[in-house]
Amino acid sequence: MRRSMLFLPGNTPRMLINGAFLGADAIIFDLEDAVAPAEKDAARILVRNTMRYMDLGGCEVIVRINSIDTGFWKADLDQILPEKPGLILLPKTGSAADVLEAGAYITELEDKLGFDRNTVGLMPLIETALGVENAYAIASASDRVAALFLGAEDLTADLRCQRTKAGREIEYARTRLVTAARAAGVDVYDTPFTDVNDDEGIEVDAALAKALGFTGKASISPRHVEAINRVFSPTQKEIDYAYEVMEAIRVAKEQGKGAIALYGKMIDAPIVARAEQTIAAAKEMGLGREEQV
Amino acid sequence: MTKIIRSASAGTLESNDVFVEIEPWDQGLQLTLESLVKQQFGDAIERSVRETLAQCGVEQAKLSVVDQGALDCVLRARVETAVARGREGQA
Repeated sequence: MRRSMLFLPGNTPRMLINGAFLGADAIIFDLEDAVAPAEKDAARILVRNTMRYMDLGGCEVIVRINSIDTGFWKADLDQILPEKPGLILLPKTGSAADVLEAGAYITELEDKLGFDRNTVGLMPLIETALGVENAYAIASASDRVAALFLGAEDLTADLRCQRTKAGREIEYARTRLVTAARAAGVDVYDTPFTDVNDDEGIEVDAALAKALGFTGKASISPRHVEAINRVFSPTQKEIDYAYEVMEAIRVAKEQGKGAIALYGKMIDAPIVARAEQTIAAAKEMGLGREEQV
Repeated sequence: MTKIIRSASAGTLESNDVFVEIEPWDQGLQLTLESLVKQQFGDAIERSVRETLAQCGVEQAKLSVVDQGALDCVLRARVETAVARGREGQA
């Protein structure tokens, strides 16, 4: 379950060692933008050691490596891959070819390390106009792709527009990414909300992302994690309704009924699918019910 | 054996970090340590530094370690980085 993902600068020990305990479902150790070029070597060793020796309390670890148009990304993977990160976040992914190039090197390392292939998933970071336009090709380029991730700051620079709180300028990218990811059968994560002091703004922005179909949302501040988790968690009312839907389906099947209604509303396949998703999420959060035999 | 051929440093003086400086030296290992917790953890810190140097193949170097409350994994990372930056063949 990844409702929230918290970015942590890869060369700042104070953040790295505490990051797993700030409530996020996943943490992203950042070797890219948060690390100056002269400190890339130090950051990748520090992140590797943090992964190797720290008890991160079961928090999933994702590592943002440097993009494949830099001289850093292979050295990043050399250090990080042996520690089996949950995902590699691949910045500035613009095409399926980028995914395949990174994937080929990860496969080479997996073979060398004796890991099963596709042990380490890829999450392309879509933050260019080209990446948005190629979103489906990127999402479906390889079985290694586990999710798409929208990066709005670089994207709006590429689009030559201002990044705003309302986010009108990224509406197309958001809906395009959700559609592309769902069509390819992978998850999709929304860009961070960058005003760390705006507690209302993060609620609104996260709610919009959820309404559009995103799986979860990234954050650059621990302050935003709780709001993101809350927004992306099913409410008790939604969980109760989901169980009622599944019970109604069970009873209808027993009675040989084809069509059924609950509270005057027809229960069709999409409603059942949504109920199943809600129950799955509730179970991951420990809010599910005992299975009835 | 890894030879230290130039002065190099790694880490910072921020909290939970450690600043490590390494220099060429031809008389074994010389280590100086500053730490607020030297009295309680000085021996453990020195042991970690020496272990990391041994893992990196460094037998001769002068090392200065200024600890700001770094965890062991951070200390080892900074020592390894300083060695990589100061060793032979390192750009």
